[in-house]
Amino acid sequence: MCRSAQWGVAIIMLGFLLNNDVISTEQPAGKVVLDYIRRDERKTGTKEGCKEGECGACTVLLGCLSGKKVVYRNVASCLVPLGDVAGRHVVTIEGVNKPDGSLNPVQQAFVDEGATQCGFCTPGFIMSLTAFFLNSPDLSFEDALDAVDGNVCRCTGHVAIRKAIANLCAEYRKRLDPARDRLEQLVEWEIVQPWMKDVPARLGAFAADKPARERDAIVVAGGTDAFVQRPEALRHAKLAFLSQQTELSYIREEGGSIVIGGGTTVEDLRRSDLFASIFPDNVRNLNLVSSTIMRNRATVAGNIVNASPIADITIMLLVLGCTLDIESHEGTRRQVSLDRLYKGYKQLDLISGELITAIRFPKPVAAARYSFEKVSQREFLDIASANTALLVETDGKTISRALVSAGGVAPVPLLLEKTAAALTGKPLSPATVKAAAVVMAGEIAPIDDVRGTAAYKRTLLRQLMYAHWIKLFPAEFSLEALA
Amino acid sequence: MKNFDTMMHVRGESIFIDDLPEWAELQHLAVVFSNVAHGTIKRLDVSRAAAAPGVTRVITAADIPGENQIGGIFPDEPLLAEGSVHFVGDPLAIVVARTREEAYAARRLVEFEIDPLPVVTDPRESFKNGTLIQPPRTFALGDTDKAWADCDLVIEGTAENGGQEHFYLETQIAVAVPQENGEMKLISSTQSPTVVQKAAARVLGVPQHAVEVELKRLGGAFGGKEDQATAWAVMAALAARVTGKPAKICLDRREDITFTGKRHPYSTDFKIGLKKDGTIVAFQAMYYQNSGAVADLSTSILERTLYHATNSYNIPHVRVTAAACYTNLHPYTAFRGFGGPQGMYVIESAIRQAAEKLGLPAHVIQRKNLLKEGDLFPYGQYTERCQAERTWDELVARQDLSALQKRIDQYNASHTDSKKGFALMPICFGISFTTLFLNQAGALVHVYADGSVTVSTGVVEMGQGVHMKIMQVIARTLSIDVRRVHTQTTNTFKVANTSPTAASSGADMNGKAAEIACSEILGRLKTAAAAILGHNNPGDIQIRDEVVWCEGRETQLKWKELVQKAYLMKTNMSAYGHYAVPNLTFDKTKEKGRPFAYHVYGTALIEATVDCIRGTYRFDAVHMVHDIGRSINELIDEGQVYGALMQGIGWVTMEELLYSKEGKPLVDSLSKYKVPDMRFTPETVSLHFLENADNPYAVMNSKAVGEPPLMYGIGAYFAVLNALAAARPGRELFFSAPLTPKKVLSFLYGEAR
Repeated sequence: MCRSAQWGVAIIMLGFLLNNDVISTEQPAGKVVLDYIRRDERKTGTKEGCKEGECGACTVLLGCLSGKKVVYRNVASCLVPLGDVAGRHVVTIEGVNKPDGSLNPVQQAFVDEGATQCGFCTPGFIMSLTAFFLNSPDLSFEDALDAVDGNVCRCTGHVAIRKAIANLCAEYRKRLDPARDRLEQLVEWEIVQPWMKDVPARLGAFAADKPARERDAIVVAGGTDAFVQRPEALRHAKLAFLSQQTELSYIREEGGSIVIGGGTTVEDLRRSDLFASIFPDNVRNLNLVSSTIMRNRATVAGNIVNASPIADITIMLLVLGCTLDIESHEGTRRQVSLDRLYKGYKQLDLISGELITAIRFPKPVAAARYSFEKVSQREFLDIASANTALLVETDGKTISRALVSAGGVAPVPLLLEKTAAALTGKPLSPATVKAAAVVMAGEIAPIDDVRGTAAYKRTLLRQLMYAHWIKLFPAEFSLEALA
Repeated sequence: MKNFDTMMHVRGESIFIDDLPEWAELQHLAVVFSNVAHGTIKRLDVSRAAAAPGVTRVITAADIPGENQIGGIFPDEPLLAEGSVHFVGDPLAIVVARTREEAYAARRLVEFEIDPLPVVTDPRESFKNGTLIQPPRTFALGDTDKAWADCDLVIEGTAENGGQEHFYLETQIAVAVPQENGEMKLISSTQSPTVVQKAAARVLGVPQHAVEVELKRLGGAFGGKEDQATAWAVMAALAARVTGKPAKICLDRREDITFTGKRHPYSTDFKIGLKKDGTIVAFQAMYYQNSGAVADLSTSILERTLYHATNSYNIPHVRVTAAACYTNLHPYTAFRGFGGPQGMYVIESAIRQAAEKLGLPAHVIQRKNLLKEGDLFPYGQYTERCQAERTWDELVARQDLSALQKRIDQYNASHTDSKKGFALMPICFGISFTTLFLNQAGALVHVYADGSVTVSTGVVEMGQGVHMKIMQVIARTLSIDVRRVHTQTTNTFKVANTSPTAASSGADMNGKAAEIACSEILGRLKTAAAAILGHNNPGDIQIRDEVVWCEGRETQLKWKELVQKAYLMKTNMSAYGHYAVPNLTFDKTKEKGRPFAYHVYGTALIEATVDCIRGTYRFDAVHMVHDIGRSINELIDEGQVYGALMQGIGWVTMEELLYSKEGKPLVDSLSKYKVPDMRFTPETVSLHFLENADNPYAVMNSKAVGEPPLMYGIGAYFAVLNALAAARPGRELFFSAPLTPKKVLSFLYGEAR
């Protein structure tokens, strides 16, 4: 993980690596990397498409030192503040171009299939696929699709892009030697440049002591929403960067509890073997949350404090009985239960200077089943019309315990206590769930907005409630039985 | 053959306007937009903004030296509002500042008060109010009034379609650089350099020869930069004129998505009459086009709706009427298909509704009525080289319909949680600008003394690969290696009076103009070659693969040497070719003629699965047989078909624009507007180009490809609808695109749509 850090100063001397160059700049820490590389460094291969992380045209690689290696992730550079790349490595399309002007294999595959038309989105795709080559254990087509799930092309309809990617996967899966160092192989294949091998040592030189976080600094916990909503205000603000507090980035089991560090990214959660062992659908569930270039930045704690009524991660966690470890700037610690955190629309039981350092929940018992459901206009990279999670314990006949959460149906993410009560102790049957759905209807208060009418959200949430049970207990539940 | 441009794209080395180095003293623009949809401007005070840090000038209508008007077809679009505003986003003033940040910060300091007037967002309400851009137009064939009596079934219905945001990746952008002697150079991301040139000249009060418009490429356009690029470029020109400094405008995504023009929503009443066997006897429709607050290209788009009202079908009695209705919404404008999709969607809806009542599959009715050679369109043109049945039959030969039906029936019988459906979608799309004078193009070709060749045309490269196609046309005409050819920027000083790159016609017309220019040069080079070889008849000279042949025999003279010597012999190795599409006529008083050079045909099959628990869907497969003529570049043409298909599917499924009653666009960011993404693309997409389908009406026997395949996407609506019909047999179908997950769930569970 990254070792250097810069805390809480608007203008500081920042040092980082941009491609093969050491950069030292006094630009504001709140200026986004995209603006810096395009305007100040005049590296124009990285494009500005939306400045809200929704298109992927600005995708770059962000490399952080982890032990003796650098871990690279594809990120939307339009939402990464410059202060957050201190001591890190930013790789743009110029950094993967071969110096002789010829094409690297990823680029060649795109040309061969006609996978680029106007060319504006293309560098972003190339960068996301470079991240895929750096990270995917087996170079599977599915991993490649995951890597580019935040890159949108309007010209090709993605048909030729899918073909190009399929060709690349087929070719390089054959060549891949899992025993060998990945970076070395990528250098050999000319997917990355040889100087990439020197980066760990060069980043090591940036290592510095962390300055103390100033009390009035705004903590950037990923910034994937904050820098969409108010980039101008943050540009010159005093900022502190959670991602630089690497000791807060972990997922581990402690006694009977699962503990997620406050700096853990959503993508860390998606890739977590521990989570996969507890929640068999973990990857599927988290694929529904934004996109890779955003998940690589967005944090679990950030999703919680952002307090969106429709926050996917919060809805997932609410049914797990989460407790938040909160630490004040002075070091005072307290705990708050997640379902008690929300006081009203975007209002939290949290004061300035406080930080969520960990999220903990009791490890579900072996017999527990878990489900997350979400429907949005587009299945991936979209905000839900409604979402819900269910945790249920049953002996196959009786529901001994059930917890249900729902998003998009109230000013805050809801833990549905009455609905849970209507399920607990009842027979595991369609009749029970139908009755609970009626209770649920009385527990929610959706409104009309662009995500749908209140009536739609009511119907949708009921259907998603049914979907939980049909999915988890196909023998006991069917759509017909619940209709 | 690979498109050369793509080799730069993948390295991020292709230069878009925002990538250009900045000029000294470059000024940045921020536009002040009306936040009221309709009203009278009571007060506009720019003094606080003008005094803000970094601000050079704040420009209002009073600062315009020429005419405050940029409307192309109808003069109804002031560059900056005067007296009144007509939509949320109507530009009120322009802040000009040293930096973009300063311009945007100062914009908030512009004060204005607008007295609200009644807001109309519904085209039918506008129609009742009589607020039309022009009187309604009607295309008629046969006698529908009498024909209804001959039908076994007559049904009426309504079809609604929404708009569509282009979402070109590169937002609207332009730079203006003042030159000596009152000239202005404009670098604009436009599909219509000449339109920008004319509008800038009008607003600046200068002749066209004082305005140069230049561009290299666009980061996508899809029609959204045909007329809609003009305002921004002219604002940059105005700012450059007023300040005397270079000026740049670049809309951010929120501005672009909220305020700029989109595809037209329509509300349509239809009536269709058929025989029991599915033969369509008569079709009637009344289209209410939501034309937005300014005319833009609405009337031309409306016209194409009428042209394509009967899609690929031969219908003896037709009466279709369309009205362009002003509303208080942002402009609606060109978008790939240009009114055609709206027309086709209605006839397909009518057929689907009729199928339900007749108890026939829709595809039986579709196949039965397909156009044949020599059939008559309602606008008086006969089909020539008609490929409607061929593309259909070829598709069906490849995808066994009865086996597919059986597979889907079995699936639906054994599944309650999900249902499958499929639909076929034939297309017939006319190629030419229906504004007939636009069917002309020019190309300026230079052969340099080193044997390299460069070409400037009026065409705009926006990802469609037209530059590569023109290079191939030149290489073939001169019989040289395509790598010797380069395309130059599109520039109104090099090629004048250009037509927009639109109507799928770019390669057809500009390719032909380049071919004409090359033929001229070739003729002169043959004369030179004959002289070099001491032969007295240039007619015996040929160039084949860069080698000069004389009387059918290869000579030692090669292209490079020929050109070098020809230059020394003072041969003119430049030529300007002009092409006008021949034999196009249309009489608007009769609404009859031959408006199209030819038609493009094709058929698609789309298969969908609906999740009946959640009300979502996905598309499992799309198969297409498409009439491409003889493709100049198959890789490019395939890409056009795939891209258009997915845009079409997006239009009828997830792409949804919403407005408040007060006329405020509710979709103001990409987080609220979703276009097809990587995982939405069906796993199986197959495409077959029809063989032996040469097209003598376009360059090198090719066919235009940009727009027609978009309309395959309409089939997606009916594939989902058919799955829904399987889930809820007998429930009344509805025709309201886009068919969002909200509407699917509402259909399944009976909540209000």
